[in-house]
Amino acid sequence: MSARIGVVTFPGSLDDQDAARAVRIAGAQAVSLWHGDADLKGVDAVVLPGGFSYGDYLRCGAIARFAPVMQNVIDAARGGLPVLGICNGFQVLCESHLLPGALIRNDVRKFVCRDQLLRVETANTAWTSDFADGQEILIPLKNGEGGFVADQRTLDQLEGEGRVVFRYLHDNPNGSYRDIAGITNDRGNVVGLMPHPEHAVETLTGPSLDGLGFFSSVISQLVDA
Amino acid sequence: MTRHVDTVKDAETTPETDQPYADLGLKSDEYQLIREHLDRRPTSSELAMYSVMWSEHCSYKSSKVHLRQFGEKVPAEAKDILLVGMGENAGVVDVGNDLAVTFKIESHNHPSYVEPYQGAATGIGGIVRDILTMGARPVAVMDPLRFGPADAPETHRVLPGIVAGIGGYGNCLGLPNIGGEVVFDPTYIGNPLVNALCVGVVPHDRIQLSAATGPGNHVVLFGAKTGGDGIGGVSVLASESFDDGDGSGGPNKRPSVQVGDPFAEKVLIEACQELFEQQLVVGIQDLGGAGISCATSEMASNGDSGMHVWLDRVPLRDSTLAPEEILMSESQERMCAVVAPAKLDAFMAVCRKWDVEAVVIGEVNDSGRLTIEWHGDQIVDVPPKTVAHDGPVYERPYARPIWQDALQADAPTKLSRPSSGDELRETLLSLLGSPNLASKSWVTDQYDRYVLGNTVLAQPEDSGIVRINEDGLGIAISTDGNGRYGKLDPYAGAQLALAEAYRNVATTGAKPLAVTNCLNFGSPEDSDVMWQFAETTRGLADACLQLGVPVTGGNVSFYNQTGETAILPTPVIGVLGVIDDVARRTPMAWDADGDSIWLLGETADEFGGSEWAHLRGHLGGLPPKVDLDRERLIAEIAVAASRDGLLTAAHDVSVGGLGVSLAEMALRSGKGARIFLPDGLDPFVALFAESAGRIVFVVPRSEEFRFTDMCTARGVPAARIGVVDSELGGLEVQGHFIVPIDEMRTTSEATFPALFD
Repeated sequence: MSARIGVVTFPGSLDDQDAARAVRIAGAQAVSLWHGDADLKGVDAVVLPGGFSYGDYLRCGAIARFAPVMQNVIDAARGGLPVLGICNGFQVLCESHLLPGALIRNDVRKFVCRDQLLRVETANTAWTSDFADGQEILIPLKNGEGGFVADQRTLDQLEGEGRVVFRYLHDNPNGSYRDIAGITNDRGNVVGLMPHPEHAVETLTGPSLDGLGFFSSVISQLVDA
Repeated sequence: MTRHVDTVKDAETTPETDQPYADLGLKSDEYQLIREHLDRRPTSSELAMYSVMWSEHCSYKSSKVHLRQFGEKVPAEAKDILLVGMGENAGVVDVGNDLAVTFKIESHNHPSYVEPYQGAATGIGGIVRDILTMGARPVAVMDPLRFGPADAPETHRVLPGIVAGIGGYGNCLGLPNIGGEVVFDPTYIGNPLVNALCVGVVPHDRIQLSAATGPGNHVVLFGAKTGGDGIGGVSVLASESFDDGDGSGGPNKRPSVQVGDPFAEKVLIEACQELFEQQLVVGIQDLGGAGISCATSEMASNGDSGMHVWLDRVPLRDSTLAPEEILMSESQERMCAVVAPAKLDAFMAVCRKWDVEAVVIGEVNDSGRLTIEWHGDQIVDVPPKTVAHDGPVYERPYARPIWQDALQADAPTKLSRPSSGDELRETLLSLLGSPNLASKSWVTDQYDRYVLGNTVLAQPEDSGIVRINEDGLGIAISTDGNGRYGKLDPYAGAQLALAEAYRNVATTGAKPLAVTNCLNFGSPEDSDVMWQFAETTRGLADACLQLGVPVTGGNVSFYNQTGETAILPTPVIGVLGVIDDVARRTPMAWDADGDSIWLLGETADEFGGSEWAHLRGHLGGLPPKVDLDRERLIAEIAVAASRDGLLTAAHDVSVGGLGVSLAEMALRSGKGARIFLPDGLDPFVALFAESAGRIVFVVPRSEEFRFTDMCTARGVPAARIGVVDSELGGLEVQGHFIVPIDEMRTTSEATFPALFD
């Protein structure tokens, strides 16, 4: 039986269908989860997709964090369920305190959409195990509030515990501290990043196929488990 | 509420009341016409409705007599592909597989000048709702823009906000922005153009129309609450019918520009998709210009029915709004639907799911009248057609401007031309770094081109292509319009704009199908401008007929004029194409070493209106010659060669000429090429003339025979002008110069950041 990966749709989610497509291309079954339903439908992993949940009017991700579905996601994540937060999903994970730090407006004060080179700093997470440490990958980045910030102690701790998962290469697009593009929790099951792996799963529509590794990583672990 | 509202009864008993029709932009004969339609004076609410619906923007009163040509000169192809023609919110084109595509382009020029961010944002919002109204799911947007000189302070006031507004709204809706234009010319300094295009996909059986039919059916207003935005001039009525007391009060200070809420529109899109899927609406219309006035009068008129509206049921953001203002409000993110009583509960359930507010504000009846009441008082009682369709129509006087001959005689032959290799090289670099041709990534990187995961090509490719089903069916769109050509010869200018958009769509491998247009002009009360408009529409209609691509809809924007100075006549033409398998799309970047570079078409000494002349401050002479038969043939070759797998890349030749096209291909690919210019042609002409009807094709050596056979069979001149060679690291024009890719890239990419960061 193939793995079942849930994709949450909040009002204002935009890349939910794309994330579901990526899950299917990677060989798993995509299961739609609705923000208003406190029900994870027994999925094996969850993706919080990109977009502007609830318009992101208060602060990105701040309202989504209180959606009925999120309490279950938070509890399950603490219990080890693999959760991937992409862009707005990363913001939701930070607002939910599943991941430390926060995402603020890009230092360039503009929305930035471009193909971004990243270095995978650790393959030791649920979502990066199919990569090699230090591997360079190219996936689209598109956000207005992608600057990762945290206090020095938290940053040092993330670095010290090997929890910086992705770093921007060459030109930091948004002023993220220490070029951090994505991080994980201490168990390695929750990963958040600003760039969009779900947009790098087909040669026709993406700059590479590097995004597939995220989904194949979690699928192979679910199968092994 | 103690304010006195002007009722129908009042209007009958006080026929002599002075009414501020002139302040609302109505001429006295137009006011008299309203009185004739009603056989009494209008109430202030009726006056408000007529004034907005009979405005140039809503009624097309100056352009209608010319736009009729698009319905008269209809190509035979139209009957096979047009499911819905002009007159609805947007045309609908059959693309096969039981799918249809609806697309339209509209202007939001004046609001964007007043408030760049919100003006541009709501331009996207408005055109997206037009597409939504047809029953479609919007799948992409594009935005052709025009500004004054790139270094002018006024341009710096408007450009960053306009770009941020388009991005801010479109990105939040989750619609990929797949193309557009950014063009600078001094005539746009006080009248920047913000045109917005949206395209949507709809299964045949889900196409919606905006007719109110079925007596007893409910009229439901849903979406955002109604506020005081976008009321503008109508405030004068509110202050006529009641006094604010302190004389400085609310209604007179209402803003004229609407404010957008893209999140509200995103949930409206999703709610509408479910309403369409579950077949819960009889008719639907978006609320844009003229708000509730427009939606109710048009729906009743289109349905040949009557409608009664309880205006006090409209949910308000501002409880002090007067009925005239509610009728006029252009608050964004609102829709109006006609719903059968049996389906109302299901309709409301969908709206609740998406947290979209929905209220029954009226009922369809068979009275043939649009009646509106306000807290029990009848304030409107009109035949809806007189509001929506029977406005004044003007045959504005027009005449060929007295300066036109002198302009055409002033050909750019007197300008000194580069001849040495170094001069030609410098000319190429100056073009690549010029604001009109420089890299637009400063703009386009602020737009999400990836969302929805179906974008196969986006800017700077010749056309944007999105996949529309899982089998790989795709659509291609390009917009073009060269105002300088239009100024030199508006008839030819319109045809060149169409030809370029048509060629761009074909260059990417898609078959051009249909046309939308946004006609941006100065004042129709100026006979020079009106002549430009008449010539443009005549040229466009003739060319659409000849190329076999019907006009499906569009928009006219007049009064883009500051004092005596009108903008360049700027028809922005959008062409829609279809490609049966997006995997065979032709990109602009060449790839494999050794592939041959071919130029199709003929190059003549044509520099009138060219970018090269523009950089020398010259505009005169004649635009490039138009040959629509040639355009049709090279488009056929582009599509057939793509289908047969003969091409690795292709790029159209237009502004800046062949030299710029080749440089753009090299920049996109990162690989160089060796080019040999044909003997007997001045290298300057070969590189920089803007002759139309040309495409550069890149063909593997193994396919050259089949490719040249295809050209010979159609009698199209084809010349092998080069070969891809990555070891060169640049573009070598043999015998003249070599320019490294890095140098071209630095030149092209430095311009926008230097100007706008």
